[in-house]
Amino acid sequence: MTWTPDQPIISIKDVHKSFGDLEVLKGVSLDVMKGEVICIIGPSGSGKSTLIRCINGLNDVQGGSITVEGIEVHDPDLDKLALRKKVGMVFQQYNLFPHKTALENVMMAPLLVLKRDKAQVEEEARALIKKVRLEGKENSYPGELSGGQQQRTAIARSLAMNPDVMLFDEVTAALDPETVKEVLVTIKDLAAEGMTCILVTHEMGFAKEIADHIYFTDRGVIVEHGPPSTFFERASDPRTREFLSQIL
Amino acid sequence: MEWIADLARNLAEIAPRWNFIWLYDPVTGGKILSGIWMTIKLAIACLIFSMIIGVIGAWLQGSPSRILRAFVNGYIQFFRNTPPFVQLLFFYFALGQLTPVVTAPDGWTVQPIITNVGWAIISLSFFAGAFNVEIFRAGIEAVPESTREASEALGFTRTQTFRYIVMPLAIRVSLPALNNNLVNLVKTTTQAFGIAVPELLYQSVTIWNDYPSAQYPTMLLLFVVYILLVGVLVMGMNKWERQMKIPGYGA
Ligand SMILES: Nc1ncnc2c1ncn2[C@@H]1O[C@H](COP(=O)(O)OP(=O)(O)OP(=O)(O)O)[C@@H](O)[C@H]1O
Ligand SMILES: [Mg+2]
Repeated sequence: MTWTPDQPIISIKDVHKSFGDLEVLKGVSLDVMKGEVICIIGPSGSGKSTLIRCINGLNDVQGGSITVEGIEVHDPDLDKLALRKKVGMVFQQYNLFPHKTALENVMMAPLLVLKRDKAQVEEEARALIKKVRLEGKENSYPGELSGGQQQRTAIARSLAMNPDVMLFDEVTAALDPETVKEVLVTIKDLAAEGMTCILVTHEMGFAKEIADHIYFTDRGVIVEHGPPSTFFERASDPRTREFLSQIL
Repeated sequence: MEWIADLARNLAEIAPRWNFIWLYDPVTGGKILSGIWMTIKLAIACLIFSMIIGVIGAWLQGSPSRILRAFVNGYIQFFRNTPPFVQLLFFYFALGQLTPVVTAPDGWTVQPIITNVGWAIISLSFFAGAFNVEIFRAGIEAVPESTREASEALGFTRTQTFRYIVMPLAIRVSLPALNNNLVNLVKTTTQAFGIAVPELLYQSVTIWNDYPSAQYPTMLLLFVVYILLVGVLVMGMNKWERQMKIPGYGA
């Protein structure tokens, strides 16, 4: 199936996922158009991480379908490399390579996975580090960077693969309140450039500001969704209301 | 240097059990030197091969194939739980029988394609390699799953993840244990004596069989040489450890 930009770039239909006896996703469906920013919110353990990990094939699914730019992620013969060239992912714990400098972290995947020319990769990597406002930290090791700086390096590392979609899993949850903002600004810049983003977040203010669409998950299902204006003002489901009242 | 030889000669006369013969007799002196050289070659070869075996074994242990994993486990169990000296004898006498022969350098006689030195290297490398697999595996397990996932999410293959991410981090964790095992390996090379590999212990024994008066001094020499060899190894390992240190990472 070839994908055209008028179709959803990501299409998730009735996805089921269990870990042993525990059913974590119980039929989740959502569509994301190119350039859209969507936020997934919901209580701990509701399956948010599992859902976005299914999108880039870190978790497999047991039922339903996921397509990303026409790539069928649920297919057992999935070409994982093709998928991962399209989808970048940023984790809560940054997960940088601790034995590589910030610059090397950013350069590694284009060199090893895309087998691109080194001089060109380095030029782009330096530009990306500049873009996430980390000039001067090129030769620092992750252990020498603050949490926020590490997370921005991780974002640059994902961007170096030139993905079409970025997944962010609670990327500010491990940060000090002061450094949260610098990471959010970086993500906002990306969104403004038209990057398709899926964010799992607890930052409601940020979600409200940045998201085109908000999904609320609870116990493996999407309970409610809508654009931020209606979602925050007129959430109708009692579970959503309770969650929002606790967090806002 | 002549005064040392004289001193040794005089000492042998007044104290007949303390004949440092290799200090003044060029034949035994030559044996000691060639013994030391053989020991060094043996140790270096075994160090290199046992590390290669360790890395490959640890890699195979992470393989999706059950059969491969079981095979590596069997290998470890066998070499870890049986005496290395018996392994050496078995390799040399039993397996040595099965290997083909080639014409020796003299052009007349035949010799096995794998010499006793070859078997010593093979057997000792597999022995120390079994421990190295375990050591590297422990290091690999210390690498967080999330780090591996990050490289997977970037599109690295399993082999690339192992080579560029997991192994460099695992080695750093493994170095202290590796250090111990390699020190043991250097000392265990003396077992090659059992299959007549002309390493330092073998040469020493031939010397004190010919000159019983030289036995104690030669034993002393053995201690001194091994202390020096192990000292060099430990210094090298410590240097390596310092070079591998990552700013801001680990203790
Ligand atoms: N690899 C796994 N094996 C077994 N159970 C898992 C695994 N990963 C997640 N789970 C379980 O699946 C459920 C959903 O987990 P998930 O991480 O998707 O939740 P979440 O919504 O991201 O929560 P949080 O807000 O705490 O990150 C939890 O009950 C969790 O314990
Ligand atoms: Mg989560």
